[in-house]
Amino acid sequence: MIYEGKKKIWADYQKEIPEDHYFYVRSCIRQSFFPASEATFLDITRNKLGKDIFETEHHTTCGGIAYHSDTIPQETVMTIIARQFALMKKYGYENYVCSCITSFGLYCETLETWREYPELQQKIAENLWKSCKLEFAKPKFLVHASDLIFKYRMQIASKSKFKLVNKNTGEPLRVVEHIGCHYSKMFPSKGVGGAEYPYVLVGMVEAWGGQIIDYPERRHCCGFGFRQYLIKGNRGYSVSNTHKKFESMEPFKPDMIITNCPGCPYFLDRWQYVIAETQGKTYGENGHGIPVFTYEEVAGLVMGYDPWDLGLQTHQVSVEPLLDKIGIPYDPAKKYLGRNGKYLGEPQKPHCLK
Amino acid sequence: MKKNILIIGGGPAGMEAAANLDRLGYNVILIEKDKQLGGHLAKWDRLFPDGVSAKKTLDALTAELSGVKCFTETNIQSINVLDKSYNAILSNGITVLADAVLMASGFDLFKAEKKEEYGYGIYDGVMTNADLEKAFREKTLPSKAPKAIGFVHCVGSRDEKAGNPACSKVCCATAVKQACEIKEVYPDADVYCFYMDLRMFGRHYEDLYLKAQKEYGIRFIRGRVSEVAETMDNRLLVKAEDTLSSKPLKVTLDMLVLMAGMRPSEAGRSVGRQLNLTTEDDGFFSSSDNMLAIQKSKLPGFFYAGACTGAKTLPDTLHEARSAALEIDRYVKDNFKEQ
Amino acid sequence: MIDFGFTVSPSSRINLDEVDKKSFVALSKIEPDVVKCMACGSCSASCTVSQFQPTSVRKAILSLQNGQISQAMDFLKHCMLCGKCTMVCPRGINTRHLIISIQKIYGK
Repeated sequence: MIYEGKKKIWADYQKEIPEDHYFYVRSCIRQSFFPASEATFLDITRNKLGKDIFETEHHTTCGGIAYHSDTIPQETVMTIIARQFALMKKYGYENYVCSCITSFGLYCETLETWREYPELQQKIAENLWKSCKLEFAKPKFLVHASDLIFKYRMQIASKSKFKLVNKNTGEPLRVVEHIGCHYSKMFPSKGVGGAEYPYVLVGMVEAWGGQIIDYPERRHCCGFGFRQYLIKGNRGYSVSNTHKKFESMEPFKPDMIITNCPGCPYFLDRWQYVIAETQGKTYGENGHGIPVFTYEEVAGLVMGYDPWDLGLQTHQVSVEPLLDKIGIPYDPAKKYLGRNGKYLGEPQKPHCLK
Repeated sequence: MKKNILIIGGGPAGMEAAANLDRLGYNVILIEKDKQLGGHLAKWDRLFPDGVSAKKTLDALTAELSGVKCFTETNIQSINVLDKSYNAILSNGITVLADAVLMASGFDLFKAEKKEEYGYGIYDGVMTNADLEKAFREKTLPSKAPKAIGFVHCVGSRDEKAGNPACSKVCCATAVKQACEIKEVYPDADVYCFYMDLRMFGRHYEDLYLKAQKEYGIRFIRGRVSEVAETMDNRLLVKAEDTLSSKPLKVTLDMLVLMAGMRPSEAGRSVGRQLNLTTEDDGFFSSSDNMLAIQKSKLPGFFYAGACTGAKTLPDTLHEARSAALEIDRYVKDNFKEQ
Repeated sequence: MIDFGFTVSPSSRINLDEVDKKSFVALSKIEPDVVKCMACGSCSASCTVSQFQPTSVRKAILSLQNGQISQAMDFLKHCMLCGKCTMVCPRGINTRHLIISIQKIYGK
């Protein structure tokens, strides 16, 4: 591996990310999959770094899941998106940051389509006015929330309490990064570092002390693939793709996986349970899985947030071995306590996966 | 008074045309941007289909240049059209008033790092056709024998996304030649050629293909390599489809040779821009007639030879150089009647 | 083990790293022309049984090279050794003889 060669490619895919003043939109599914990630993003950016990140309860889904499962007409989805952009303008913002990769990809696709077909843009603007009485607008800068954390990675590092380092050996943790397909595969120039060797998560991991490992199936889909998962009869494809990735990364002995998509961490995490229960195989040390995190969770961990406040108890693969490796303190007794100490109930233990 | 002919580009086309124009009695000025004459030929080891030495071929071309004024490490600084001639200022400060100009700027090799998925410049063991020729020439191949070696045809050719939908014509034969040569160096290695169509069109080329199969045991896989990755032990995991069995395929290799195709020479194009020479969609110069007058440009007194008008083999290039010399001779005789 | 109603499916990808090359080398010793196949398909096109059964010398050779032995044998099992393929092979491979040799080396 020639690191300099990668740096040359990264240099070709620089993305302009404004420092401050963003209109923030959430993901539909992340709040239930990774309940504290978005809250952590807002807390880090607003309260720890002092940025102006605005959000409104009036924004909706982008329509992405319906779009990718072929259940919504394109004009409808574009009008939904136009409404989101219009809200941004209404509240006085021109930089748009979204939490979801599917949304990010769909926004990129829609903006490109409008650029290519101005008459369609005109029609959507009319739809928007007829349906919502809102003025059509386009963001000056469109970024994904991981772009912003990438932008702030050194500021986060300077405020960090922990490093992605094995405290017993002093060695950097071996981290697999997984990028959502719709982040840059459709439009490589819209992603930090392009599509082939995306730098967005690599930059964070390097800044926070970890070491990235490249494994042969690193570009392969996590297995979500929308219809692959959404239709039960196709779920074999979904889990097979995930299985292929884990088989490929296994010899590299990764300590953890970091992701920037709503679906990827969910499937990389939950399918480890299904693989364990159907194949009897686990990929971590001593019968554990490989813990999977969102980038906000990792940022939160290095900044010293309590692991249970980051929602890590909702992961399928237990995170405690990794917390021990880094030396992050946690109280096992509080794992299943929710807000104000309310007991949330405990899930059943899987047979195979520790 | 001898007429002045300026030749831009000291590769095989420029050299062969220069020798012929010199013999026809012209004052020939040959300029070359590199340190030495010969273009890509000077960097090659052996030539397909018969494996003749590139050095000997170049020496034979050089031997004919004694009467030619050669300026190496020299570029065109500016060039413009006068009434019946061309005025060129060279980077070495010399001004040439040429009665005719021959463009022989040839080609640049496609920059293989643009095909990011092949990892050129990122993975050890991924090299280009030119790198392999250099290693053959300088005998710098690794002494530790690789277990498996692959050749990827059409890198930057027949690839619209890479900006070149055209076939580069020479890569198939070069890949098969190099595959045989590498098998000679490492007889125990498994050698694979990944091709889309095997374009072995010239005399003896098909013989070379047959020899590669029968004598060297080269395995030909019909399918384009789609991605390359590094394994735990620093080997290369290569993926393609075996389109003949319609199945995805993977193989672990130690060395992967990318057959970088031909792109128009950037140095040639910058001269072309000064004279508003037109190019076709592929970026190579457009001739006044692709059937009858491929050596003529649309400017009177300005001619082409070799790969500046599209990918060509070395014999094609040499033939064009000779016929360009004849076209120039005819042009001068028709336009500059001796008083 | 739990039945989820779906599970990991095996990969159908050809893995050349796992091909046992010894048998193919043995075959090439007695049938040196086997490597000359250029996949033109004349053999299968002219084959008497290929219209009724999946039979193809081309695919059999390819399957052997890809390490799919039982699939290769399936492509030959309906052959009646009529020799039409030998008549049309442009590379002059004695396909009829080759089929017999394949059976000798790979057949059970």
